[in-house]
Amino acid sequence: MEFLTLIQVFDSTIRLSTPLLLACLAGLFSERAGIFDIGLEGKMLMAAFFSAAVASLTGSVWLGLLAGIAASMVLAGLHGLASITFRGNQLISGVAINFLAAGMTVLIAQDWFKQGGRTPSLFGQGRFPGLEFPGAIGPADAEATGRPVSDLIAETNVVLQVYSDLISGHSILVYLAFLAVPATWWVLFRTRFGLRLRAVGENPAAVDTSGVSVVGLRYAAVAICGLLCGIAGAYLATALQAGFVKDMTAGRGFIALAALIFAKWRPWHAMWACLLFGFLQAVALRYQNIDIGGVVIPVQVMDALPYILTVVILAGFVGKAIPPRAGGEPYVKER
Amino acid sequence: MTGTSPAIELRGISKAFGPVQANKDISIRVMPGTIHGIIGENGAGKSTLMSILYGFYKADAGEVFIRGQKTEIPDSQAAIAAGIGMVFQHFKLVENFTVLENVVLGAEQGRLLRPSLARARKILSDLAAEYELNVDPDARIDRIGVGMQQRVEILKALYRQADILILDEPTGVLTPAEADHLFRILDNLRAEGKTIILITHKLREIMEITDTVSVMRRGEMTATVKTADTNPEELAELMVGRKVLLRVDKVPAKPGKTVLEVQNLRVRDHQGVERVKGIDLTVRAGEILGIAGVAGNGQSELLEVLGGMRPGAGDVTLNGAPLPLEGRGSDGQSRRAAGISHVPEDRQREGLIMEFHAWENTAFGYHHDPVYQRGRLLMNNAALQRDTQAKMDKFDVRPPDPWLTAKNFSGGNQQKIVEAREIERGPDLLLVGQPTRGVDIGAIEFIHRQIVTLRDQGAAILLVSVELDEILSLSDRIAVMFDGRMMGERLPDQTDETELGLLMAGVSGKAA
Repeated sequence: MEFLTLIQVFDSTIRLSTPLLLACLAGLFSERAGIFDIGLEGKMLMAAFFSAAVASLTGSVWLGLLAGIAASMVLAGLHGLASITFRGNQLISGVAINFLAAGMTVLIAQDWFKQGGRTPSLFGQGRFPGLEFPGAIGPADAEATGRPVSDLIAETNVVLQVYSDLISGHSILVYLAFLAVPATWWVLFRTRFGLRLRAVGENPAAVDTSGVSVVGLRYAAVAICGLLCGIAGAYLATALQAGFVKDMTAGRGFIALAALIFAKWRPWHAMWACLLFGFLQAVALRYQNIDIGGVVIPVQVMDALPYILTVVILAGFVGKAIPPRAGGEPYVKER
Repeated sequence: MTGTSPAIELRGISKAFGPVQANKDISIRVMPGTIHGIIGENGAGKSTLMSILYGFYKADAGEVFIRGQKTEIPDSQAAIAAGIGMVFQHFKLVENFTVLENVVLGAEQGRLLRPSLARARKILSDLAAEYELNVDPDARIDRIGVGMQQRVEILKALYRQADILILDEPTGVLTPAEADHLFRILDNLRAEGKTIILITHKLREIMEITDTVSVMRRGEMTATVKTADTNPEELAELMVGRKVLLRVDKVPAKPGKTVLEVQNLRVRDHQGVERVKGIDLTVRAGEILGIAGVAGNGQSELLEVLGGMRPGAGDVTLNGAPLPLEGRGSDGQSRRAAGISHVPEDRQREGLIMEFHAWENTAFGYHHDPVYQRGRLLMNNAALQRDTQAKMDKFDVRPPDPWLTAKNFSGGNQQKIVEAREIERGPDLLLVGQPTRGVDIGAIEFIHRQIVTLRDQGAAILLVSVELDEILSLSDRIAVMFDGRMMGERLPDQTDETELGLLMAGVSGKAA
């Protein structure tokens, strides 16, 4: 495999990891606070639709992003209402949100745009552009020289190749997602809010008896989860692709959950897990079937690998994944 | 000790949960710098009263005065602000946090953690020096013992500058030595002018440490007396409302042939850790062997293996016939068929199905009995219900209604249902774990009498209990378990709590 090809696979890995990472961190906040969330998928899908729809209608991708976040946070609020206020079953609430999103997005899309459950393709200000770093080879150079970017990159040295292709040129949301990793770590382990958030996922009674509101903390966590899922969905529809199509999240919410378990609910590990799973997706996308010395590995194996790896982790082969102790249980005050 | 106004005064506190009146017009005065005991049976309303004081519940009526000031306590935050600290029976600690993080949680100094932790570290070392409250601030809670965890709870309260400390059943999980240490700490706190409210059902503790004691019965405060002016018998009578025998009345055992013989029994838990490390014991017909020990030293596993709830290794015989410890014939069903009855330690998880009716619960384990069958397929429910009614009457289960679901009985009555089921089969061997955990004094007396009666009918009884009083008063022989091993055997009239306490802490021999 050529070096340049490798860089391109890694480049694609970063793009594909971004929505996984945002959703994974979203789940991390929620689950660390004791609210299991299998509705990441639904929230992302809803955000993807509303961001694409609003971006398409207004021509502004930023308004689209806001709309996506708002839609995702409404669903997060619904999940909070069901599982925190009414102490319902968090898995059922999550499943309901996934179904709701899958149906609603197509229904509204058909009603608004009459294009068979999709939004019109986004262009210009309706999409997040790639950010060109100073000194990197990008479209501007291509225009100046009249040659395609790929040729220019192929001719330059290794450092500039990595810089131009791998580091520069992504949309702002990609950088945001990767900056969110240290930010999440810092919030969780260096702030008062983080201490309380982790405590409420382990033993809400301890938080309650110290005079801090369990309900308030859990809603805050669910809101952060909604925010991050919103960004993830918007990224899918307005940066990774140009517009919304039916079921475009394609199980990413569940892969993010798998990554979360794989990472044992830790932010830095979540990033590595998402990069790994993103890499598998990138490979699957580039090479349909991989031929290793006569044995052909079908592309489905790559798609299934995140789940297989998660099962391996859960089975306890690679250390033990212990979820937050109070996860999934509504908090009821003792008598 | 300034002035004469009480540290806490409650006036006319009432609280009802639906039709149940948990607290009825309760008034109490607790003077500063004293230890005030509150004693009463389960469900007498002690915990409800303290929960009102700590802001967990809102009283239906009544007023709270703190240091002479009328105070509203709508939530825990307000209670903390009023200088009240509470040490719950079940600790409210985050297990995978350090001691320091637990202490700081909810009382941080600012948005960032580091300054809070640094400050707390310093305050903790001051408190440790002042009150004998030594803990390693960087130890994780799940890696330290319960005695230490309790000290963390006390530190939490002191860190929040509580000068009124409420402790709910603080010695339930402690060894005698740890309990002594706790009482020394409480002594120090009292000497510093702190006010302490001690909730307990153990008369001995009340007599040992309190200055004043209030007795609660059925939601009412029946008496408040100076501890020096009373005695355990009087307090027990005030609690139950009638005369109570504190010691079990029994004739000396007449042991017969060996029923259970255990040799080199080893048990591993599901994580592969050895919990029972090669023990030998025998129980003969007509005697009670009591196994003492702090919870978690292998007694539970011993009972579970003998009861067919988990596999083990070693040689066990029942009436001379080998008892399989794994595979075929090692399940609970086979154990019961062999003549072993088992009252498991946790009645709610292992003894009963809480959502099922009492009459269904009295059949479990024996539901294959032909008496309960009609034909090959159907259960004879009518026979079962008649049977249950008779058992409930005999064991004085209240209310005696076979159609009530298990969860609707009080703890003591749930325990009676399990014991009625197991004892009434007339087993050769009765395994009984924590027969009176969380059971009222009145019911304890009854349950103890049933166990002794079964012994006198010639059954062998293996009793596991963490209550030393219970072990001492019921057993004909006492064995002490520590860390999966037998520390030795004693006769109840030739030993005392101090010696047993040392054995329970792993200190062997008469020395030490």
